[in-house]
Amino acid sequence: MTNTHTIKFSVYRYDPEKDQEPYMQAMSLELPKGSDMMLLDALEYLKAQDQSLTFRRSCREGVCGSDGLNINGKNGLACMTHVSELKQPIVVRPLPGFPVIRDLVVDMTQFYRQYEAIQPYLINDNKTETKEFLQSPKDREELDGVYECILCACCSSSCPSFWWNPEKFIGPAGLLWAYRFIADTRDTATEQRLANLEDPYSLFRCRGIMNCVQVCPKGLNPTRAIGKIRSKLLQRAV
Amino acid sequence: MVKRVLSSTALGRTGVSDWLVQRVSALIMLAYVVFMLGFYLGHSSIDFGTWHGLFASTWMRVFNVLLLLSVLGHAWIGIWTVLTDYVKCAYLRGTLQILIILGFLACLVWGIQIFWV
Ligand code: SF4
Ligand code: SF4
Ligand code: FES
Repeated sequence: MTNTHTIKFSVYRYDPEKDQEPYMQAMSLELPKGSDMMLLDALEYLKAQDQSLTFRRSCREGVCGSDGLNINGKNGLACMTHVSELKQPIVVRPLPGFPVIRDLVVDMTQFYRQYEAIQPYLINDNKTETKEFLQSPKDREELDGVYECILCACCSSSCPSFWWNPEKFIGPAGLLWAYRFIADTRDTATEQRLANLEDPYSLFRCRGIMNCVQVCPKGLNPTRAIGKIRSKLLQRAV
Repeated sequence: MVKRVLSSTALGRTGVSDWLVQRVSALIMLAYVVFMLGFYLGHSSIDFGTWHGLFASTWMRVFNVLLLLSVLGHAWIGIWTVLTDYVKCAYLRGTLQILIILGFLACLVWGIQIFWV
């Protein structure tokens, strides 16, 4: 009887300076029986075996949004996924639909551009306000389930509409943020924000597939936010 | 790059109007199906005279043309969406769109001839 067990991995590898094309590398870890760890820690151990393995990380506690990965076919954060809950071999790939820079690191430029395009900051023309800008607890409640987004891109990277039209469709993360400012009672640019979303692509490419809801590691619901913006657009149009 | 499409070949100018057309046309088609089922079940025997009487009435003609517009509008928005998702080459996409629009216009003219004249 040994008191360790082997965890098998299959990891996506691609170094554009060396490799003709991407390949899956079989890797494994010996862990004491009955022990568990987060996938991010396991990746760190694998990196100790093979220093060339590349991935992003920072906070290791689901706050920074750096380590969004495709884990056994489903997007999620490596630092919030228990190794023991995953079927082996654990297949780890970069976020789908985003250009790969190297191994598990993807180019998020397009994702951030869409985020930038919704003007993710408070706009307020009310110049008379000089002190704190208070909201009633009830108004503030409207931002719950919206402001918590950490921009990990797990949602947008699982959305077929975002795969096909990343320049024209804002994607679930950007739209969730758009709603965060549309719903903010202190923001005075609501009309301008809505006008920017009424074209046939920016918001209306959402087909309600709800992949985004299924994968969000923070348990947020971009589809509901999109629905709320859509009702506002309809009210404004009729 | 972020592109905002301000004019497009969808039915309406905005996504809002397309979305509304899609919902309203679906309701009209549903109403038509329900009505036809009701008519069918409400008559024990249907002969040429019954059909002719139904289709000759003005309101039924209006209903028929409305149905035709709904089917074509609904189908066009759906097909346009699928083409803009999957056909990446703009020339091919444009050609397909033109062909489909021509086909749909022919159906419209032909359909109105059948139902109205
Ligand atoms: S909505 Fe959820 S999945 Fe999408 S970026 Fe924000 S935290 Fe990540
Ligand atoms: S619900 Fe909309 S935004 Fe979310 S995955 Fe589906 S199409 Fe994308
Ligand atoms: S490392 Fe920060 S969210 Fe996972």
